[in-house]
Amino acid sequence: MNERVNLKEFEYRSSPHLHSKFSTTKVMWLVNLSLLPCLISGVIFFGPYQLIIVLTAIVFSILTEFLIQKFTNQKITITDGSAFLTGLLLALTLPPNFSLTATALGSIFAIGIGKQVFGGLGYNIFNPALAGRAFLQAAFPVEITTWTKPAYSIDAISSATPLAAFKYDKVLTELKPLIVGNIGGCIGETSSIAILIGGIFLILIGIVNYRIPLAMIVGIFLFGGIFNFIDASKYPPPIFHLFSGGFMLGAFFMATDYVTSPVTSKGMWIYGLGISLIIIIIRLFGGVPEGVMYSILFMNAFVPLINRYTIPKPFGLKE
Amino acid sequence: MIISIKKTFKGGIHPQEYKILTEHKSFEIIPSPNEITIPLSQHSGKESIPVVKKNDRVKIGTLIAKENGFISSPIHSSIAGTVSSISKTFLQTGFQKTSIVIKKDTSNETEFLQPLDYDTVSSQEIIQRVREAGIVGLGGAAFPTYVKLSPPSDKKIDYIILNACECEPYLTRDYRLILERTEEVIKGLLLIMKATNVQKGVIGIEDNKPKAIKKLKEILIDYPQIQLIVLKTKYPQGAEKMLIKAVLGREVPPGKLPLDVGVIVQNVGTAIAIYDAVIKGVPSIYAYITVSGKGIKEPKNLIVPIGTSLKNLIDFCGGLTEDARRIVIGGPMMGFAQFDLSVPVTKATSGILILTEEEVKEYPETNCLRCGICVSVCPLKLTPTKLARLIQKKRFEEAAKLNVSLCMECGTCAYSCPAYIPLVQWLRLGKQWALANKI
Repeated sequence: MNERVNLKEFEYRSSPHLHSKFSTTKVMWLVNLSLLPCLISGVIFFGPYQLIIVLTAIVFSILTEFLIQKFTNQKITITDGSAFLTGLLLALTLPPNFSLTATALGSIFAIGIGKQVFGGLGYNIFNPALAGRAFLQAAFPVEITTWTKPAYSIDAISSATPLAAFKYDKVLTELKPLIVGNIGGCIGETSSIAILIGGIFLILIGIVNYRIPLAMIVGIFLFGGIFNFIDASKYPPPIFHLFSGGFMLGAFFMATDYVTSPVTSKGMWIYGLGISLIIIIIRLFGGVPEGVMYSILFMNAFVPLINRYTIPKPFGLKE
Repeated sequence: MIISIKKTFKGGIHPQEYKILTEHKSFEIIPSPNEITIPLSQHSGKESIPVVKKNDRVKIGTLIAKENGFISSPIHSSIAGTVSSISKTFLQTGFQKTSIVIKKDTSNETEFLQPLDYDTVSSQEIIQRVREAGIVGLGGAAFPTYVKLSPPSDKKIDYIILNACECEPYLTRDYRLILERTEEVIKGLLLIMKATNVQKGVIGIEDNKPKAIKKLKEILIDYPQIQLIVLKTKYPQGAEKMLIKAVLGREVPPGKLPLDVGVIVQNVGTAIAIYDAVIKGVPSIYAYITVSGKGIKEPKNLIVPIGTSLKNLIDFCGGLTEDARRIVIGGPMMGFAQFDLSVPVTKATSGILILTEEEVKEYPETNCLRCGICVSVCPLKLTPTKLARLIQKKRFEEAAKLNVSLCMECGTCAYSCPAYIPLVQWLRLGKQWALANKI
């Protein structure tokens, strides 16, 4: 009567017996894929040489991860797409025609100090790509603010970024080039439309939570709007903030980095609004024209604290 | 009245449904096996007390075990034959418990209860019948139904909700019952309303069952006291708390019961069992179940005498396929994996799933990405990632403070985790600690 099924062939696990189609690896590669429009826009506006910068960043990121994991006897996880993503994201935030040596150094820093020092994927506090970018900003201050004039530029004179043009010359760039991307700026940051294609794709398939980008957009309109309302001649309209500099790439791809953003819904709102507030403060009152990178890194540091104080009340308990 | 603004609760997931395997198949009656094994604990509460002994003759419907205290349930034989032993056997939970084993003879004699008249039956008679027929909740928890139908007098109940969500993938039992026995399902609900003296009934059904919705709409025209509410399809909407939230917008506070917010929820299968017991006099001896999954050759919806073994069911459905890898009793999200095919079907069994390699494929666990998906899908608004991390580090007390004991083990978090962390499994461990330490 005992009808034991063959132990070798059958598995006994506790429920659930099904799993969603997403795995860490799949998520990472889908994010990489969704950055393809940005990469294409970079190549269109700044030339095929940018591909070499991107390739350099990716190769050095993966290599750094491999070597560190090898020498610390950890499991090699270079195929999970996360080191690839760090390299790709870092390259997209670099100025066109940036030095390859500096790119490689930035990638090594991003993975080595930004990620592996903390214990690898899942444990880092700061967005690794932005940590690498911050290192380059400090180590190569001139090179990283040397801009290239984009192809199809309507502005025949200047290669300056719209944010610098406004900060130093009070020149407000028109909306259309800001959205299309034929303006001065980083390789993958100028074309808002290309970023939106990838970003909305990630939201629709359920990889990116809409709350962080939305909170940042609400924040930029709110805080940018207040200053613009106070003095429109000194402070640009919020729509300009939205489409200029690294805001779009930051909102959809940097601030939404799983590891370095809050896990709670309320936390995501606080984090997104906080980033936008700091962006506005840096852009309007800081010594540099752009502040997305520092704002995100700054808020990254608050994520553990935000998580701790925004744990939701269980179902059925009134807030 | 029919409301079809697609209401729902917050959180939850949309697993692939796989209902297509059996949703078009009518119930078939499986021939009763030569031997059945009827466990004494098929319900929440105390194990029933046997009233038969070895070599006693029983008929279909004969009482073989009586209830043991308030939260317990009587049990009846599902075949006619002779008691061959009362001994320990494996149950679906993996534990060994006492069961009554009965060998079939050729008589097929029945011993049912007295049928009652639908129009004249009283509230007390219905509750008494539900009790003596051994009816338990067929949605999964198997809580004795008569207890649910007798709320304390200080609780004012204003709604009976009929749970027609069947949100677990693969399962099509409730769906088929609605299609094949529509009028009886509704009469079952009306009997529950009569028993509890509640005027308003609601049927909550998900929008992935258009045929059942159409059928219900046609018949409900004659029953204005019952509302049909079409919900957005989402797992775990069939969980009582989620269903009440979706249908009425009421939230059952932690540690409280639906009756604390004026609601009693009953499952479609239970409504049919109540109808059969009251109107036909048939005690709870048949399980309506779905046998499905890609690992079974002929998926079917079946009417099965309780006590029938998994092996009998698998043989009746054409046997296993080559790539079958896991046998599950219940739904794929909350069901139990099995290691012994002698395990019997009980009153509350809703499905048997044979899953293949492809369906249960797992990837290696990686570090937590802190993506927060588990937090956003948890229907009870817990923080699975944080709880699991605390429990891994044996910081049980902190996990208990963050309400790990409220977890209903729906599996939504573990299903969604891209890092393949067994979140709900860790939470179960935390719950056990909290239970043992009474926190």
